[in-house]
Amino acid sequence: MSLHIPEENKAVNENRIQRRRWHVEALARKIGIESIRAQFPILERFVRGKPLVYLDNAATSQKPKNVIDTITRYYEHENSNVHRGIHYLSEKVTEKYEEVRSKVARFLGTKVDCEIVFTRGTTDSINLIAQSYARPRLQPDDEVLVTQMEHHSNLIPWQVVCQQTGAKLKVIPITDEGTLDLTQIEQLLTKKTKIVSVVHVSNVLGTINPISELARKAHEVGAVIVVDGAQSTPHTPINVQELDCDFFACSGHKMYAPTGTGILYGKAPLLESMEPYQTGGSMILHVTLEKTIYAHTPQKFEAGTPNIEGVIALGSAIDFLQSLGMHEICHYEDALIQYAYENLSRIPGVHILGPKKPRAGVISFTMDCAHPHDIGQILDEEGIAIRAGHHCAQPIMERYGLSSTARASFAVYNTVDEIDRLVNAIYKVQEIFQ
Amino acid sequence: MSSASRALYEKVLLDHAKSPRNYGEPDTYDKKIEGYNPLCGDHFIFYVKCNGDIIEKVHFTGQGCAISKASASLLTTFLEKQPADKAVEIIENFLELLKTSPDTPVDEEQWGKLTAIAGVREFPIRIKCASLAWHSLLNILKGAEKTITTE
Repeated sequence: MSLHIPEENKAVNENRIQRRRWHVEALARKIGIESIRAQFPILERFVRGKPLVYLDNAATSQKPKNVIDTITRYYEHENSNVHRGIHYLSEKVTEKYEEVRSKVARFLGTKVDCEIVFTRGTTDSINLIAQSYARPRLQPDDEVLVTQMEHHSNLIPWQVVCQQTGAKLKVIPITDEGTLDLTQIEQLLTKKTKIVSVVHVSNVLGTINPISELARKAHEVGAVIVVDGAQSTPHTPINVQELDCDFFACSGHKMYAPTGTGILYGKAPLLESMEPYQTGGSMILHVTLEKTIYAHTPQKFEAGTPNIEGVIALGSAIDFLQSLGMHEICHYEDALIQYAYENLSRIPGVHILGPKKPRAGVISFTMDCAHPHDIGQILDEEGIAIRAGHHCAQPIMERYGLSSTARASFAVYNTVDEIDRLVNAIYKVQEIFQ
Repeated sequence: MSSASRALYEKVLLDHAKSPRNYGEPDTYDKKIEGYNPLCGDHFIFYVKCNGDIIEKVHFTGQGCAISKASASLLTTFLEKQPADKAVEIIENFLELLKTSPDTPVDEEQWGKLTAIAGVREFPIRIKCASLAWHSLLNILKGAEKTITTE
């Protein structure tokens, strides 16, 4: 196949790519890539006769052995309900469950454990804020500000609460490059704005948004800021106090923990002032037939038996992340993603969405010759798992005049060899469809 | 590429995907219908021109993956000059065929070039891509003129 790259440029490019490859390999050795990969049993399997290359981590990450073992151990030795029984197992499991709350609190840099609420995931966390914080407070003249790059889970809950209250939904647009266009921010963020809700890292563009700056601007007009951290938490160190966000939502399953686990951080006075999201068991201090006194946060927001084994295994996922170090993970993944970007962007007819740098987690792209679904199919035949579609972010698709994109998304266990297999498979797509 | 995928993207499908037949909005038509797959964004509009009970011509516009586009292109060529009631029967039979297991033999004599589309049975997730045009045209031939979605 011909690449249409002028010969002299080609040599320079090859050199640069090779140097970058060595750089990523050196970082891989430093972070202990072999030992990391050995902790993920699924990475040993073959798909369609070829070793699995899992590049759909933005959808959900794979789980390390310690997370899997925690779930097994829980059901074989520890299963009991939390916050209830006056018996050994229940006491032990309650202790473990609450230890994870402390672990999450430290992981996200919160002041106190009670600022951490366990939910089912980011979607659940954001719906909780929308219904328990926003709905009772919003008035018809108020405004909620989101961005054009939100996942549907940080858009629809706000559309709904605006319909319920008569408040208006405003949107920060995005630039051609895929960053927030903040030139009109003074007009968009005003005294009328009560809530700003922003994605930390875009699940389509990979853009890292300036949360601290937006938090400062939001607080200047008296608004609270909600951060959708689903795609940032697995890849970069998070400190909610440094970000100075009022709420932070993320999902366990994208950060090596089981599905059905989510985290909501909220500043304590805000959580205390909120009504419960759901009511029922576990969230009360006292109940008579006439009325109920609710428990304090976070129990007030955790009605019913929670996902106990999921939360305990979330603790193990955080152990895994901290055993590597979030700064080290960030550093390695950044080098890996830049290597992938360079290799993919020089394939003629491949178009990458979003800024080159800084970027985290994902590379979404389209090809002149093939539809994203066809790309996904050919890659699947090569044992490479990517996602194709609108990624639950249709406003982004509309912004760029697309119906869908192909998306490769990365985790700490991915390697340069896997990126090379991805790139070779993209050339195969070209051979077939061109 | 495995033989299954190679079979799916065999020459006839790639040809129709790259150069779809009857593609473009016609000057005149009797009925039109929109077909949409909300999960992947495949989106087509089909225009049907009839002469009495006979389908004169079917055109389509829109965007989708190679499978959905090739399937739409092949179907529009197949329906030309067919009696409407026979077309309904053909489409219903083909949609039934798509529900069968990949091992079920396909009567190549009966289906001709359409046989290639049956290759999607190997890939259940792609059946919706292949059947979007068929569901849309079945509905319009049965009198519906609303948007047809795969969900």
